Amino acid sequence: MDYLLTEEQIMLRDLCREVAEEKIKPVAAKYDREEKFPWEIVKILAQSDLCGVYIPEEYGGMGGGILELCITAEELSRGCAGIALSFAGTALGTDPILLFGNEDQKKKYLPDIASGKKLAAYGITEPAAGSDVSAMQTTARKEGDYYVLNGTKHFITNGGEAEIYTIVAMTDKSKGTRGASVFIVEKDTPGFTFGKKEEKLGIRASSTRELIFTDCRIPKENLLGREGQGFLIAMRTFDMSRPGIGAQAVGIAQGAFDAALKYATERVQFGKSIASFQGLQFMLADMATQIEAARALVYSAARQIDAGVKDVTMQSSMAKMFASDVAMQVTTDAVQIFGGYGYINEYPVEKFMRDAKITQIYEGTNQIQRSIIALNLIKESKKK
Amino acid sequence: MNIVVCIKQVPDTTQVKIDPETNTLIREGVQSIINPFDMYAIEEGVRLKERFGGKTTVITMGPPQAENALREAIALGCDDAILVSDRAFAGSDTLATGYTLANAIKRTGEFDIIICGKQASDGDTAQVGPGIATQLDIPQITYVKKIEKIEDKTLVAERMTEEGFEIIQTSLPCLLTVVKEINEPRLPSLKGKMKAKKAEIISWKAIDIDADEGQLGLGGSPTWVSKIFTPPPRPKGEIFDGDPEEAATKIVHLLKDRLN
Repeated sequence: MDYLLTEEQIMLRDLCREVAEEKIKPVAAKYDREEKFPWEIVKILAQSDLCGVYIPEEYGGMGGGILELCITAEELSRGCAGIALSFAGTALGTDPILLFGNEDQKKKYLPDIASGKKLAAYGITEPAAGSDVSAMQTTARKEGDYYVLNGTKHFITNGGEAEIYTIVAMTDKSKGTRGASVFIVEKDTPGFTFGKKEEKLGIRASSTRELIFTDCRIPKENLLGREGQGFLIAMRTFDMSRPGIGAQAVGIAQGAFDAALKYATERVQFGKSIASFQGLQFMLADMATQIEAARALVYSAARQIDAGVKDVTMQSSMAKMFASDVAMQVTTDAVQIFGGYGYINEYPVEKFMRDAKITQIYEGTNQIQRSIIALNLIKESKKK
Repeated sequence: MNIVVCIKQVPDTTQVKIDPETNTLIREGVQSIINPFDMYAIEEGVRLKERFGGKTTVITMGPPQAENALREAIALGCDDAILVSDRAFAGSDTLATGYTLANAIKRTGEFDIIICGKQASDGDTAQVGPGIATQLDIPQITYVKKIEKIEDKTLVAERMTEEGFEIIQTSLPCLLTVVKEINEPRLPSLKGKMKAKKAEIISWKAIDIDADEGQLGLGGSPTWVSKIFTPPPRPKGEIFDGDPEEAATKIVHLLKDRLN
């Protein structure tokens, strides 16, 4: 397959693949079991210049775009999606700064993220505000030169491990979604603490934690964009980040498929390899085709964003939704191909299946993605 | 500090095949990699540069395609790369190779430390490093597992032996051959890979290194291979269990019988 990548993109892909093969794969099961944060791998990503692939060169990054981010997320997820999330979760926390940060904010925060010195996280979800962002309870009250944050965010990827948090909070509840704003909050700010760390089905190397704000005072310079722009920033951020989730899903699917194909050609039953049976051949063919289709959609969405196409909401949602549904299907089939061995943790496919599930849920459930796609279709049809 | 790292491109296999006619390695159809032991030499060379400043030059003698190994070394952090390549070098044994590399290193100018892997994974001789040091008439420490310190033109290193290790102090310049215990080689960086792609590889032929033609290539190689064979596998040992005293007596009797 030729994905029409540039020479630099191929170089990036090969390097990420090497990191995944040599450094991530050997420790993936251990991190999955122990639920520890993979700092040793973050260090390797930093040393290999991978933390800032999507950050402009003037802020210390490699100057790539969303396609470079997707290539990195995909290849690392082939090794372990939980470990790869230290990178992808940081990208999600960084996107609002890239999109709406002023020069001072970019200069202050991006170089440390690009070098891998600091991780970032994005805080929008709350116990009562999942898909319904407008139900958000966290508030930010202006007091002189400060904003005072109160409330709780939960299910926050990289929570507790990241140094830089972009947080959505209500500055004016009476205005509904037009009353939300986004702030940069640094770890160790007084009044900012961490709550319970979740124990999860999959992506267990990733830290998912509660963020608690109790009269947390942050300087007013940490407001991203303008007051009331919060919902817009959040939606634009998702437009940019959803192909990355698609890429993660493609990586998970590919990782599971690689293992299943190898197993199918090696496992002998009835005197021949199980790959010689048409029932399995059709499964393998369908899996590979689904992965190719998902990858094509993800790369296409990423390329449109990088080319500056104005409205990418629908493409981003399609890429995220389709690729994550493919990941769930392909990993489930991979377990099936392994038979009983697929169901036990001595082989890697059950982990791929557990890791795949989250991609259908986070950054907007696939039901929300379908709503977004449908609403966009209806909106466009009315324009005609 | 000027550091020179010598590397060799080898076939990517642990199953080296020998041509029974010529008694040389069969290289066709096998991908080439940097000799695994040389990866530790590169890493140590790059670490020394990062610690003390200066420059790390990587050098190899080999066919034109050995350029790929040099580019990989640049991606791993080396600054300059030199390919010593000429038909005149064909058929070099370890003596001629040591001589050729030593002459090339002289040509690079001032150097403080030369680092080699302990041996190549194809030939397994472990002679080229010591050969270079001899030709350059500088001290050498082989099987280095740790560089303890470098101060005032002296270097202290731990050297692996079968029983343990020795601590050796030497003056600079010197040559070290390193073992895998010395470090954990890094993966290349993206910036390094981009630099490697554009890097200019310096290429020297026999006339560029001021060498005595008689000491090069096949003509300068006194080694001849009379026979290459796989040694028979070691037969399984016998285990004497039960009462230690009885077992010891049995062993003593057995040894006595064998000696008689």
